[in-house]
Amino acid sequence: MSGGVAIVGAAECDLGVTGASILGLQTQAVTRALADAGLKLSDVDGIATTGVSRFSATQLADHFGLTPRWTDSTYAGGSAFEMFVARAAQAIAAGQAEVVVISFASNQRSAKSRSLAGVLENHTPEAQFETPYAPLFPLSYYAMAAQRYLHVYGKTRAQLAEVAVAAREWALLNPKAFRYGAGPLSVDDVLGSTMISSPLTAGDCCLVTDGGGAVVLTSAERARDLAKKPVHVLGYGERTTNTSMTAVADLTVSGAAGAAQDALARAGLGIGDIDVFEVYDSFTITVALTLEALGLCGPGEALDLIADGNIRPGGGLALNTSGGGLSYCHPGQYGVLLLVEAVRQLRGEAGDRQVPGARHALAHGTGGILSTHATVVLGVEP
Amino acid sequence: MSAPDVPPADEITAGWWDATREHRLVVQGCESCGAVQHPPRGVCTGCGETGALVWRDDTGAGVVDSFTVVHRAPRKDLAVPYVIARVRLDCGVLLLTRLEGADAQVWHIDDRVRVAWVDLPDGRALPVFTPAD
Repeated sequence: MSGGVAIVGAAECDLGVTGASILGLQTQAVTRALADAGLKLSDVDGIATTGVSRFSATQLADHFGLTPRWTDSTYAGGSAFEMFVARAAQAIAAGQAEVVVISFASNQRSAKSRSLAGVLENHTPEAQFETPYAPLFPLSYYAMAAQRYLHVYGKTRAQLAEVAVAAREWALLNPKAFRYGAGPLSVDDVLGSTMISSPLTAGDCCLVTDGGGAVVLTSAERARDLAKKPVHVLGYGERTTNTSMTAVADLTVSGAAGAAQDALARAGLGIGDIDVFEVYDSFTITVALTLEALGLCGPGEALDLIADGNIRPGGGLALNTSGGGLSYCHPGQYGVLLLVEAVRQLRGEAGDRQVPGARHALAHGTGGILSTHATVVLGVEP
Repeated sequence: MSAPDVPPADEITAGWWDATREHRLVVQGCESCGAVQHPPRGVCTGCGETGALVWRDDTGAGVVDSFTVVHRAPRKDLAVPYVIARVRLDCGVLLLTRLEGADAQVWHIDDRVRVAWVDLPDGRALPVFTPAD
């Protein structure tokens, strides 16, 4: 099932430390993705974006001089873009829009706009019942999930650090990666880096960089006439679980499970049919919880699954092939770049990090404090 | 911990904060289905009733569900390290809180804890947790 919708363009804006504005980076992302598709700004009649302003899609439409027939600015942290793919596929299938651009860009590193406390909203229950204790947001929540996970399953910080070690290995193959050229990362490097919120060190945490990207969607029918090999949207699913740090009873269980089940069922595929996985790696623990939720292994087995180089280049499980948020780029809402990398892998454009013969890719976004979860399944055939 | 700024209570949370003025920990419960929940809401998440929510006095005893020692403070006026935790009260609800009264490095998941209070300048108090014995 797809409704016959494909991703026909994908691109990054400038990454790293740019000194550029959000709208400047958005313009790069959108115009590059359209050029990749062989389309023009005037072809766009649907916009989905977030992180621009309170009226994000409206702001971007205004900036581009467009009056779109369809927009979406759902705020769901890093998973918003996987949700946008679902909404866009439905809008295109329903005839409300023909060419949709999904984009994000941030200048958070240049602008020094990120706070360890997160964004405070005084009218929420969290402001009364959680913020007064001064948890790092979102870091302390993931740290508590990691602490619980390691305790319950008798695992070690060193085993968890492999997520970051493997991400660096992939980044060394990606010239766009922030850590490209930084050399390999060892388990000891991760364990010995600055402790932020135990058991997570700076090495367990994603980068804080500028960056972003865009993907262009249209009908599979129109996609046939465009510049690049279409990447078909085969399935999608999502779960929304919590804003509070106390809403989820078990910190080791992620809403990703339901999202992935829905997406795979819609695609008519099993997890074993997926060749490339691009999953949100805000923190090392995020990946462990997500791999289990996706059904790649049972509860408590993720750190065994990733051991022995299994998720490094050449390993058995092609995971976060760009280098991920940990070593490639993390502009705050990284989910759009999961889609960009999945598209490149399915087109065979990934250079030294190409997974040979990849036919199905899964992108999984996670937002907030394991709050929002969205999965997209993509394929080279409809 | 020193007294932090806490936003004012609203019509949903006022009963919870009022009890803290007497160092009483209360939990919102539903007289219709028996569920307990935190933070307070205008509706029971167990059964959907809006008219059956009451405040139940809690013993203030619980267990550490998980915790994290914060080594890098989000604000300059905070001294590190400090311990953020999820405490599961014996009645079943989870609270986000601080663990106090012991060195930051000695805590373990499943440690038994009991409530203690940090008084706020406006007369309310903020619950934190200390070792049970």
